Amino acid sequence: MRVKSIVCVKRVPDTEARVRIAADGQSIETAGVKFVLNPYDEFAVEAALKHKEAAGAGDVTVLSVGGGESAETLRTALAMGADAAVLLKSAGPLEGLAVARVIAEEVKGREYDLLLFGMKAIDDDLQAVGPMVAELLGIPAATAVTEFSVEGGKATATREIEGGSEVVELKLPCAITLTKGAYEPRYASLKGIMAAKKKPLEEKPAAGGESGVKVEKLSYPAERSAGRIVGEGPDAVPELLRLLRNEAKVL
Amino acid sequence: MARFQGVDYYDIDSLLSEEERMIRDTVRQWVDDELLPVIEDAYIGRYLPKQLIPRMAELGVFGANLPEEYGCAGLNNVAYGLIMQELERGDSGIRSFASVQGALCMYPIYAFGSEEQKQAYLPRMAAGEVIGCFGLTEPDYGSNPGGMITRAVKTEDGWVLNGAKMWITNGSTADIAIIWAKTGELSDTKSIRGFIVPTDTPGFSAKDQKGKLSLLASDTSELVLQDVHVPDDALLPKSGGLKSPLMCLTQARFGIAWGAVGAAMACYDEALSYSKQRVMFGGPIGGKQIQQVRLAEMLTGITNGQLLSWRLGRLKDEGTMRPEQVSLAKRHNVSMACDVAREARRLLGGNGILVEYSAMRHMANLESVYTYEGTHDVHGLILGQDVTGIAAY
Ligand SMILES: Cc1cc2nc3c(=O)[nH]c(=O)nc-3n(C[C@H](O)[C@H](O)[C@H](O)COP(=O)(O)OP(=O)(O)OC[C@H]3O[C@@H](n4cnc5c(N)ncnc54)[C@H](O)[C@@H]3O)c2cc1C
Repeated sequence: MRVKSIVCVKRVPDTEARVRIAADGQSIETAGVKFVLNPYDEFAVEAALKHKEAAGAGDVTVLSVGGGESAETLRTALAMGADAAVLLKSAGPLEGLAVARVIAEEVKGREYDLLLFGMKAIDDDLQAVGPMVAELLGIPAATAVTEFSVEGGKATATREIEGGSEVVELKLPCAITLTKGAYEPRYASLKGIMAAKKKPLEEKPAAGGESGVKVEKLSYPAERSAGRIVGEGPDAVPELLRLLRNEAKVL
Repeated sequence: MARFQGVDYYDIDSLLSEEERMIRDTVRQWVDDELLPVIEDAYIGRYLPKQLIPRMAELGVFGANLPEEYGCAGLNNVAYGLIMQELERGDSGIRSFASVQGALCMYPIYAFGSEEQKQAYLPRMAAGEVIGCFGLTEPDYGSNPGGMITRAVKTEDGWVLNGAKMWITNGSTADIAIIWAKTGELSDTKSIRGFIVPTDTPGFSAKDQKGKLSLLASDTSELVLQDVHVPDDALLPKSGGLKSPLMCLTQARFGIAWGAVGAAMACYDEALSYSKQRVMFGGPIGGKQIQQVRLAEMLTGITNGQLLSWRLGRLKDEGTMRPEQVSLAKRHNVSMACDVAREARRLLGGNGILVEYSAMRHMANLESVYTYEGTHDVHGLILGQDVTGIAAY
């Protein structure tokens, strides 16, 4: 058997980076910010590699929509072991549906079994690109998947749902968005990083990415009000309980 | 635990290629994920955390600047240096392990070995399946290794080695020892040659040095060679003279120049965050002038060290690096790191003496680094000779 996957990945600010809003109020300041491969997409890359290895054959193509800098993000995935990369270059940032349209336009001409995504990008938290692409392509989709198997033209996926899990079956080709679960991302080996330079990375303009949504304004979360010290040691416990019950209403 | 973000006051990152940064970040993350969580226990328990060896091999850190045809990563020297920096940001003992394996054992096999020896050892050493140690120093010959009294005498079918080696990193862990011995008169340093000695050869023994107060997560041993017979193909055919082991030391010292900066970065990072959190006399100690100057000095030292090692790496990659330039960087960077570690420890107050913080562990480790691979003083003498033309040893 062979498993062919296309994994869609996004370049996002590092989780540890302190992000500031740019002067236009609609985007973030990128200078001095470290960018990484979106952690949820790492699960997807890992899943693709695992399934290719388990099948003994296949290939993993990683795809990103973004500016020229996204090539670096793609090379991170190549260093992990992906075989080829495609960068669909957009002039400016695109909103979710526009990204989905660009991806669908590119993918529809390709042969694949699995179209994988991270469940969400940690920057805009949209959680919608994967299912939107599936909809545009008319293929089945499962979201928030922790683990899946591929056999006999079907994928069986375990989804994380409120208070438990759900197992669904999808006909291939299908789209799956991954969350934390069975696919702990591997380190890119140093040899892998060197090999990544020699793997194909195709760049072309992003096509067909219109959408009706525009970011109007970004703002910081409201400042948390200062904490209150209700006392010290065991003597403070009754008062603390009273406040948690009556004021915070968390008990 | 928050992930380490590096210290980069002069945007030195922009002097690195994308691959160099990616390699650095990969090792950096590995150190956070797998080295730091086990180092406290190893340090207090005084053992080399051997479970890290196969993981380091998987990453490809052993002999990472040697060619791919021997199973190595084939990286340039700046990337190799960055790996050493990150490993030592974790612990000098772990970096020492990697330095010995790569620069002191794989390198001489690569540089002085026959094609058969290279094929037989290098891929397995890169994979961490064969561990090496490097036996140059002797009980009575430290800074002056040319005086060594270990001898190798030719027999009909090989060589017989006799002697003792002291302070040998990985000594009791190793599968093979690169032993340096005189094949001629004791006065003849040109007769020094290298041998690959399997540590299970009869007559070879290794005993751990007891009572160390530094580099505790690393094995340091005394080796005794008593009538150790090895076949002809144990000899590294292209080794010859004191120059050969010194060439190995140049490789290792190069890595140390980078590594020390890593240890200093760890200490500075820890001290900086502590200074913002620790409140004394109604405000964070980071808001007090003395601690600010302390941090400023640390940052200045680190930035100096980073630029030195970066430039040294580029010179090595261009093929123009001189051993004396390595001496300067080793000497400066290790001394700087010793100072940074001590100041960080002091900034941390009482907490600074706990193993839960890294400053005192680095501080104690760095005293070994200051002494091995040519002491601080000896590198001063090397530089002195280079600029005056007068040897003062
Ligand atoms: C933890 C550890 C690991 C080591 N690992 C290895 C290893 O793997 N393999 C190996 O071969 N060796 C190893 N060494 C040995 C190390 O390289 C030696 O300790 C070092 O070369 C110094 O030698 P020494 O200890 O005999 O000190 P000495 O040479 O006796 O020096 C003592 C003091 O005298 C000073 N001094 C020496 N000569 C002069 C001079 N001419 N003028 C002025 N001052 C001078 C020195 O700077 C020092 O301050 C290791 C050492 C340590 C501590």
